[in-house]
Amino acid sequence: MMGNPRESILNLVLVLALAAIPLVATGMGEPFYVTLATRMAILALAAVGLNFLLGLGGLVSFGHAAFFGIGGYVAGIAATHAFNNEPLLFGLPGTNQMIVIWLVAILLCGLAALAIGVISLRTSGVYFIMITLAFAQMIYYFAISWPAYGGEDGLSIYVRNGFPGVNTLNGLHFFYLCFGLLLAALAVFSVLRNSRFGAALEASRQNQQRLAAVGIAPFRVKLVAFAISGMITGLAGALFADLNRFVSPSMLSWHMSGELIVLIILGGTGRLFGPVAGAMVYVLFEFYLGGITERWQFFLGLILLGVVLFARGGVVGLIAGKARHG
Amino acid sequence: MAEPILEIRNLNKSFGALKATDNVSLDLRAGEIHALIGPNGAGKSTLIHQIAGSLRPGSGTIRFLGRDIGALGVPERTRLGLGRTFQISSLAPDYSALRNVMLAVQARQGTSFRFLKPVMADRSLREPALEALERVGLAERADVPAAELSHGERRQLEIAIALALGSKAFLLDEPMAGMGPEGSKALTTFLDGLRAEAPILLVEHDMDAVFALADRISVLVYGRIIATGTVDEIRHNPDVRQAYLGEEG
Ligand SMILES: Nc1ncnc2c1ncn2[C@@H]1O[C@H](COP(=O)(O)OP(=O)(O)OP(=O)(O)O)[C@@H](O)[C@H]1O
Ligand SMILES: [Mg+2]
Repeated sequence: MMGNPRESILNLVLVLALAAIPLVATGMGEPFYVTLATRMAILALAAVGLNFLLGLGGLVSFGHAAFFGIGGYVAGIAATHAFNNEPLLFGLPGTNQMIVIWLVAILLCGLAALAIGVISLRTSGVYFIMITLAFAQMIYYFAISWPAYGGEDGLSIYVRNGFPGVNTLNGLHFFYLCFGLLLAALAVFSVLRNSRFGAALEASRQNQQRLAAVGIAPFRVKLVAFAISGMITGLAGALFADLNRFVSPSMLSWHMSGELIVLIILGGTGRLFGPVAGAMVYVLFEFYLGGITERWQFFLGLILLGVVLFARGGVVGLIAGKARHG
Repeated sequence: MAEPILEIRNLNKSFGALKATDNVSLDLRAGEIHALIGPNGAGKSTLIHQIAGSLRPGSGTIRFLGRDIGALGVPERTRLGLGRTFQISSLAPDYSALRNVMLAVQARQGTSFRFLKPVMADRSLREPALEALERVGLAERADVPAAELSHGERRQLEIAIALALGSKAFLLDEPMAGMGPEGSKALTTFLDGLRAEAPILLVEHDMDAVFALADRISVLVYGRIIATGTVDEIRHNPDVRQAYLGEEG
């Protein structure tokens, strides 16, 4: 649909490249690159969530670390209770089953996004950016000051959580689990974008006055988008905690929110594979430039500046041209 | 006489010290074109905004189809059947003309919270949208993004959207502006027929069109209606000639 052949080819190349990295790395006996690819897939997944809100809805949330972190803490807390065999809430036990953790993370992040969205979506522009940041920082400071789960030091997951039929301790297997979820999220993004809801959401980005004038209240559309967005990013957070076997307040910090925005801008705002391209480029940079210089973020900043000034569409825009909206 | 479709009573709106709407009362009856004329800055658009719900009046009542709509927001008023066009076209710029109208069709159906079916292949959206575009003569431009349409085409597109909404009354704010003589003529003919479908409150500077179309004319000057009447009555009203028509020479 709305086929842009160059974009389709690029998307395919990105998928294949990301899928191939861990295989090649394993073949060469370099498990570290498997971890790197997993990091790419998880950050891309988190950014797909944000892209939904930012790319389609034009809403710049500077607080998506809140959902990333909540997802992470769900994984960490559930695993800790399961490991220590202590009941968690209302006598319910912890769990080391990823499926349960994912569902809880998605549910909690959906609720948190509704709560944050109900208030922050009453504002727009810079105020929206600031208020989403404020909410995320509140949760960040709450995590820091909550000693039961490690406070500032964070929380270790002693054994990576499990998934039926998959050996999650094997890096390659865990990668394909994350990769599968990324593909699923991309499918969800694509279907939603092409749906009636997606049309209303994109219209709210383009012109809210027009959306209201045809009889659709922009607020509800944006609120639902915010919830969906938070849920996807929250799922990524749960995976991220399992990847690192560690969760700390840094997952909730504004750096993290900024990183997700940067990923999307680098990759291509609103483009289906923008987050994937962005995450791959970002992680490569972080790794290679980070290996050369402590100040790699300075160079990242330069590149970001170049993208904003000369290649507004990010990597995807540069290669596949402007988006077509039909 | 039957109750008017739209009934405005004692409407007031101030911007600071400026009275943009000064005790305005006005009716729109079934089947009529009621033209609202007045010099620049008279408060015509401000009035349209208050009727459509995008501005809150200071005081007064607005009844539509027998119902006080003062407390309703823009989307609710649209869903009740108030279809408006903007003086400065307000469209989804990235979307094609067709998709702009399709959005109106899905809004009318109340189906914006459907998440699965792709819209572009959806005939229940495309067909009514294309039909509306055909009616305003924009069908060949269906696939052009709104941002790339000419000024006049955007005005047509706004009307197509109001049509697709199945509006029960039209509020048109200078639909002829930027159309060129040919376009104005075609639109005049079109609006002439449209009044049978739903009454039109027509804000317009093009006097040829106004005189050709209006069943009644209200003249707004400094926020106040100084006269309401038929074309002949308004043409020969000395106050109007002095305050407004005189300016046109
Ligand atoms: N939001 C606003 N804040 C302050 N003043 C406003 C606002 N909107 C309109 N005005 C003022 O109210 C008066 C009426 O404006 P309005 O746009 O309704 O006039 P109009 O009759 O539609 O004029 P035109 O024929 O030029 O479109 C003008 O003096 C305008 O400057
Ligand atoms: Mg005006």
